[in-house]
Amino acid sequence: MFINFFYLLRSYGVPVSITEWMTLMEALSRGMAFSSLYGFYCLARAVLVKSETHYDRYDLAFQHCFEGIETPDELTERALKWIEKALPALRISPEERKLFQEWDLDELRRQLEERLREQKEEHHGGGKWIGTGGTSPFGHSGYHPAGIRIGGQSVNKSAVKVAAERKFRGFRADETIGVRQFEVALRKLRQLSSKVEGPKEELDIDETIQSTADKGGLLQLVWSRARKNTVKLALVMDSGGSMIPHTRICSQLFSAVNRATHFKDLKYFYFHNCIYEHIFLDAACHLRNSLKTEDFLRILGPEYKIVFVGDASMAPSELTMINGAVDWNLSNSEPGIVWLHRIAAHFNHVIWLNPIPAEYWRWTEGAYTIALIKDIIPMFELTLEGLESAIKKLKVKK
Amino acid sequence: MQQIHNLFSGTKDYIASADLQNSVNIAAALGRPLLIKGEPGTGKTMLARSIAEGLKKQLFIWNIKSTTKAKDGLYIYDTVQRLYDSQFGDHDVSDIKHYIKLGKLGEAFVSPEQVVVLIDEIDKADIEFPNDLLWELDIMSFDIPETGETISARHRPIVVITSNAEKELPDAFLRRCIFHYISFPDEEMMAEIVRVHYPDLEKKLLEEALKAFYWVRSINGLQKKPSTSELLDWVQALVVGGISPEKISSELPFLGVLIKKDRDFYAVLQRLNSQGTPRKTSTHGFLR
Repeated sequence: MFINFFYLLRSYGVPVSITEWMTLMEALSRGMAFSSLYGFYCLARAVLVKSETHYDRYDLAFQHCFEGIETPDELTERALKWIEKALPALRISPEERKLFQEWDLDELRRQLEERLREQKEEHHGGGKWIGTGGTSPFGHSGYHPAGIRIGGQSVNKSAVKVAAERKFRGFRADETIGVRQFEVALRKLRQLSSKVEGPKEELDIDETIQSTADKGGLLQLVWSRARKNTVKLALVMDSGGSMIPHTRICSQLFSAVNRATHFKDLKYFYFHNCIYEHIFLDAACHLRNSLKTEDFLRILGPEYKIVFVGDASMAPSELTMINGAVDWNLSNSEPGIVWLHRIAAHFNHVIWLNPIPAEYWRWTEGAYTIALIKDIIPMFELTLEGLESAIKKLKVKK
Repeated sequence: MQQIHNLFSGTKDYIASADLQNSVNIAAALGRPLLIKGEPGTGKTMLARSIAEGLKKQLFIWNIKSTTKAKDGLYIYDTVQRLYDSQFGDHDVSDIKHYIKLGKLGEAFVSPEQVVVLIDEIDKADIEFPNDLLWELDIMSFDIPETGETISARHRPIVVITSNAEKELPDAFLRRCIFHYISFPDEEMMAEIVRVHYPDLEKKLLEEALKAFYWVRSINGLQKKPSTSELLDWVQALVVGGISPEKISSELPFLGVLIKKDRDFYAVLQRLNSQGTPRKTSTHGFLR
């Protein structure tokens, strides 16, 4: 059951490693779950889960794994008193375990009630009465794979119920995203190097030795500059009509990028559905405030990291045909896809953030163009998780 | 492995939830660092003080700043002082030990008794900082190459690390920690917390203040939601100002104590005027 829980957690997306699992085993062998399912719930969560954004997944996995192991409240009080004096936890062999596998919960409950009626005193060890350390299905610290836990360490609330409350739903990384979380994610985007600007506050050992020696041994300290982030970023956003439903999330990303102070340079550009001969300097996408895409490629060196934000959904003609642009006054002598290829080839790092969730990419209206663009530029969904993997991609050379 | 004789269960001025007590005891028993995250004002830093007080151990606080290096916590070798001293010849510079000063973590290691170490706001430091401490926190010992000494912990200290989630911590570091997220206290627990600080508080006043407080927190789109410490200040202001409990919800006196941003201030007032007295607080608002 336990090892199942490990794989179940992983399948629910909680990144549990073997190191952590072994820590849990160590803790369990030292009785740190206090022989109760709730104790186990807390223990396993503290040891295995390392971010509040995973708490909800943990709750779901826990619920899935331990569903049905609950304590009927009305029965416990009397039984709790008997269990207070506990025996050490019991381990049994796999052969013995087989005996217990056919129990089902309703049957157990019925029997528990019956047995409560029969039993009039405390009982520890043994295989039938309610107590501790035995193989009776009722009690705690005993072993019964389908057993009903009664109490254990002052906690009366069933662990499964706690898990079922899903208190931490609000923290899921793939659901709630705010400006701040984007900012935190963006902070990862940095590359340190070069000593060109900033205050001199690091002791330069080699130079110090050199100049001290030059002065005939009189100590002469030389300071040098610390390293700075050198990332240059250009955000290229789709301002087409199909982006209106995604305005909120895009503006959150925009303000997060805007607030980030750690980039060496930050530029914004806009386009309407796809990029052709011109790239625009504001969201209105007017020719009079635009830049030739050729010049864009010339001005921005390949070291700029390009982040496209758009739904990549358009009529196939807009992407693949000459004069396919949606705007009447724009004509394009080359299809948009050629320009995308050109941009992808010019810059070392280009990624595309799509506000449409990845699971719909194959079914949405724009599926055809999404697939085409995805082949040219690595595409990620615009969620916190998507942004994080996009940033990883931006940090490695293609 | 040392035995933990007494379990942590909060102290008189610090209420710890059952979950949190559990996590502290697990971390102490396993000798792993306890990583604490949570909304600002939920008492992350106070926890370490409370553990030290509750278990009657000495507390070492290592405050992290953006320029802090991992090595600073272990020891500092004051080369510049040694060089200067060598020029004037009035100190014995042949013994490097005079110029090695132990950092907070180093001090905790050599302490004759088990101590509590608080590494406060670890996420303020450089992104590589936690990785640089991995080994030392794992085996609780480090070398000083300058003197060839090895400092090993006599007793594994109880290490509490707080983080405000400003930077993501590296996975390898997380794997070695026990993690706990302090969730924002519910009304019942909050009442208990306030009572610990102001035992003589009128029951009616407390109820009304809490009702108003959770109503303010439930307003969507606040830039900074008021937290426990602001509530405590507010309650004190209400008492000192002699405000009658009936007025609290309808007028929200001394709102400036709860709300620190202009925009939020107007948002709350607007809400109050449009809606009149705060009615039942809805918790659903949080999750959207």
